[in-house]
Amino acid sequence: MSGPHDSGDRGDLHDAAVRLACVELVEILTDYLEGVLPARDAAVIEAHLALCPGCAAYLAQMRATVRVLGHVPVETLSPEATSTLLAAFRDRPAT
Amino acid sequence: MSPVLVPVPTCGGYGASVPIADPELVQRLREGDEQAFAEVVRAWSPAMLRVARAHVRTHATAEEVVQEAWLAVLRGLDGFAARASLRTWVFTILVNAARRRGRAEARHVVELGRPSVAPERFRGEDDEYPGHWRDEAAPVEWGPESEVLAAEFRGLLERALAELPDRQRAVVELRDVHGFAAEEVCALLDLTPANQRVLLHRARSRLRGLLEAVIA
Ligand SMILES: [Zn+2]
Repeated sequence: MSGPHDSGDRGDLHDAAVRLACVELVEILTDYLEGVLPARDAAVIEAHLALCPGCAAYLAQMRATVRVLGHVPVETLSPEATSTLLAAFRDRPAT
Repeated sequence: MSPVLVPVPTCGGYGASVPIADPELVQRLREGDEQAFAEVVRAWSPAMLRVARAHVRTHATAEEVVQEAWLAVLRGLDGFAARASLRTWVFTILVNAARRRGRAEARHVVELGRPSVAPERFRGEDDEYPGHWRDEAAPVEWGPESEVLAAEFRGLLERALAELPDRQRAVVELRDVHGFAAEEVCALLDLTPANQRVLLHRARSRLRGLLEAVIA
């Protein structure tokens, strides 16, 4: 896979990664995580993350936030609404 | 459009999946197994409430819509043909009820875009690296997972979710608390894929910022 253009492509990617401003990256991070960015844009983000500890930490924080969300208790029906439904279930005609 | 629904992951808050296979569940409901019914109501109602609340204006109306949907489910149970999963069918009934009520309420939702991170944390245009983090303001790692998952932070996010605009809250809860796929959320909330991502991004960015403020 190595060739004369290889280091040049890597160089372009590196330049694009340095040019990508952190303030822009934080706005396209969800598109990146959702996998909807073109491959080249995703590669630039990954190269930026590899050389920017601030953005790498930001991404880790975003992922941690999503994990905490997986453990958040959620609002449910009131006890009254639930008992109304259970009563309706008991009262429904047998099949 | 028929939403493709996947099972809710059991790890997600109280949004647990029902540990009974579909045909058996339908059978038990038809036979009047109240425990089975109580189980599905407990497992699915939180996500149903969140979907309904994205279509209507108040929590009270959303609760009515969920109740109305469950009653329609009971009426239709004997005719349920199992072409889709029970959960898909229940959520389809719910969305139709919520849309009907939502149109009657004629909501107008305006959501203002705000930057994901306070602009003053980035270097100015005159800097050698404009738009990059200022050294003293760059994010830092949060430390061990176990600490981040502490009850304190879960409580903080629970309260913060309640403060989000309705559609942001619906998207982020359905995605990250209940574990729905992006396509399902689009179908349930009448969103384009792009709008679903915008709402998810705003919600997650805001919640991250709140956590960062207390963890740092
Ligand atoms: Zn950066």
